Amino acid sequence: MTTEPTNPRMITGAGVPLAVYEQGDPNLPTVLLVHGYPDTHQVWDDVAASLAADHHVVRYDVRGAGASGRPAERRDYRLELLAADLFAVADAVSPDRPVHVVAHDWGSIQSWEAVTRPDAARRIASYTSISGPCLDHVGHWIRRRLTRPAPRSVRQLLGQLAHSWYIVAFHLPAIAPATWRHGLAARWGTVLRVVEGVSPRPGHPQPTLADDAVRGIDLYRANMLPRLLRPRLRPTTVPVQLIGLQQDHYVSGALAEDLDRWVPDLRRRTLRATHWSALLEKGPTVARMVREFVAHQEGRPTPAASAARSPRKPFSGKLAVVTGAGSGIGRATALAFAEQGADLALCDLDLDAVERTAELSRLLGANARSWKVDVSDGPAVDAFAAEVAAERGVPDIVVNNAGIGHSGTFLETTEQEWQRVLDVNLWGVIHGCRAFGTLMAERGEGGHIVNLASAAAYLPSKMLTAYATSKAAVLMLSDCLRAEMSGFGIGVSAICPGIVNTNITKTTTFSGLDNAQQAAKQKRVSGLYARRGFPPEKVAEEILRAVTQDRAVVPVTFESKAARLISRFAPGLLRTTARLDIG
Amino acid sequence: MSTASARRTNTSRAPSFPFDERDLDRFRELQQLSYACAQRVGDWLGPGITERQAAARLRRELVSEGVQDFFHVPFAWFGDRSAFRHFRTPLQFFPTGRRLEEGMPYVLDCAPVVDGYTADIGYAGKIGDNPIWEKIAFDLREYRELIVREVKARKPLAEVYASVDALIVRHGYDNRHRRYPGRVIGHQVTRMESRLPAGVTVFGFGARTLQTLGRELVSEPLHGRFPLWAGGRLSRHAPTPGLWAVEPHIGFRDVGVKFEELLVVTEDDAYWLDDDLPHVRRWEEGR
Repeated sequence: MTTEPTNPRMITGAGVPLAVYEQGDPNLPTVLLVHGYPDTHQVWDDVAASLAADHHVVRYDVRGAGASGRPAERRDYRLELLAADLFAVADAVSPDRPVHVVAHDWGSIQSWEAVTRPDAARRIASYTSISGPCLDHVGHWIRRRLTRPAPRSVRQLLGQLAHSWYIVAFHLPAIAPATWRHGLAARWGTVLRVVEGVSPRPGHPQPTLADDAVRGIDLYRANMLPRLLRPRLRPTTVPVQLIGLQQDHYVSGALAEDLDRWVPDLRRRTLRATHWSALLEKGPTVARMVREFVAHQEGRPTPAASAARSPRKPFSGKLAVVTGAGSGIGRATALAFAEQGADLALCDLDLDAVERTAELSRLLGANARSWKVDVSDGPAVDAFAAEVAAERGVPDIVVNNAGIGHSGTFLETTEQEWQRVLDVNLWGVIHGCRAFGTLMAERGEGGHIVNLASAAAYLPSKMLTAYATSKAAVLMLSDCLRAEMSGFGIGVSAICPGIVNTNITKTTTFSGLDNAQQAAKQKRVSGLYARRGFPPEKVAEEILRAVTQDRAVVPVTFESKAARLISRFAPGLLRTTARLDIG
Repeated sequence: MSTASARRTNTSRAPSFPFDERDLDRFRELQQLSYACAQRVGDWLGPGITERQAAARLRRELVSEGVQDFFHVPFAWFGDRSAFRHFRTPLQFFPTGRRLEEGMPYVLDCAPVVDGYTADIGYAGKIGDNPIWEKIAFDLREYRELIVREVKARKPLAEVYASVDALIVRHGYDNRHRRYPGRVIGHQVTRMESRLPAGVTVFGFGARTLQTLGRELVSEPLHGRFPLWAGGRLSRHAPTPGLWAVEPHIGFRDVGVKFEELLVVTEDDAYWLDDDLPHVRRWEEGR
């Protein structure tokens, strides 16, 4: 097995010699990597190195670039010919099995041409497209928006136009080639570093850059106008994975909005990267996405396996972790995520209870598993996170819900009671954020962390000193974490429910009371909460909304909203009511 | 507090069990007949049939078997209406034009009267596949066992109600019987001896029902008892000897499942009037 690319093997495409580089065991599934403009096969170095461990990786220089032939005529750069090249390479390197195509930029544009050919499925098993739309689809996308010029459509059109200025520049005679030859090629490394956030590396950009870039201008001139002005209908049955780049300067996410029209088997993923940093900085992440998608298409079980299940729901293909999922808000949240298509990794101290939640979630169509975890135990939470990541992948959503209630004045509350409340309510959240937040940041695909605070976080009461202190800490922790995580595309929300009818009241402890008094008090408070009658399902709805809309702090019940408002405008009033003997 | 303790002392003088074996046989026969009719209608149900058609068919089946009057008119609830979702007014209990579709759950509920003997049954089913329905229907067994166990222990009815609620929460379901008028999980059934015309209904209840029920609603509280079984203060009394129609109605998302049958409560015992019923047979087969 070879992991380093060998010298190119020359394969004749549609009348042009193509330089093809192979790595990995040819008996493994073949992944065909197609580069864009003005790159060569080298742009895939990191991705190929990672994939070669368990795939047959094939890359080639497209016509006009690197070591491949450079036809002189503009008409030789039409998409039909580029697609024919791709099929020629696929036939040569994997004659018996269809290949998995992965393509970037112009490579992606020409691969769309291949994938939308009626006979594509015979040779192409799957397609991962990064930042390069099908030009025919774009043509229809523009038409749809021009014929229905709603404000949103116009905004999308103008947005993409602002991203596409260079395409116009490439159509101006003489200027574009001259720019490349006299300066831009020499400074391309700087452009990549400054604009694209790509750190310099030896051998990049390739020595042939100026020639590749000038020759490649014909890609634009031969294809852009004909396809955008007269778009054809190009559906495909090939399964497609679309990796949207959140910081792309050239292709806006809106372009892919209508894609479901053309691709029935579509999986969308996002990566926080620029047009080039996706491949040159986050190669291993892209490789992982490709690996999962290929494995799924090859029929192997993967974390992504449930993504293709229909019908599509808002959280389809997402993995949500919920702590304290055995009852109350945790269970309701798990079920709500299950109903919206997410898969679940659930934990609770009570294994029977959380297993029951998992069972109900499965009835709602989720792939759910449960763990017994004490969230106050740091190593246990780390082990839980590692197991979830190994078994299900890194989660997209983490809900740190587990918590306990405690009532008692400061002087009544013992050190032990303080310890217990802070261990579960604060350290539980810290452990959850640290264990999963680290994984999510490393993965680089963004995500969301939800921490359950409480209205007590901003509503002082002499009877809830320990509880309110722990929840206030959770609120501040969430705000600080939100600032830090925004750099990774990870949102953080703090939820402040208020009086919700759950079994937290039945397990709440009270300082300075004997068992019988505690039980009586629990019963009384439970009755009060039951009469308030606010169901945990409504809190779950708010949690899902907080994730979708990336909200920072969400007071849920009326009393929680009112307290938050008063805490801002008349905090003195709350300090006075804090003296009352409530709770 | 004083009234509550007064009630408790009153309940110590519980009335004696008012029925003999012959009466129980008549109640059992009528309950069998009602379930048989409901099952026949259930077998006939299919996609496209409306609640009104189902309820009318159930009524015809019962009348053709000799039923003279109804404790309440037959009901049929399809789809999410089986879990009483979006119910705001009692009028919504009445059958609508909702059509059955593949995978939908349904509930048929009827209460025929023959010679003053009453049955009140609930028959739940589904069209085609519905895994959620299967799960709830399976779990209902625990409720049936829990109720008879706690009534046998002569726990106050409100406490039994709370135990059922606790089980519902543990299961992750929700209580749908609290949607019934008075949030009842059950009600007492007596032999009706009204002279009002049979077959006349007011707001879905038979005229004779209302007369009998009205009388009990006034007289029973005087003895610290209440003929309706819910979770509130009025049900804080030991189970009154007699017959109780018990109807735990459990929901999860858009699926509601229930059974309803007569529970025999004597001075020192409690048992289900009949175990040869469709839901019990299903559990036995599934064992």
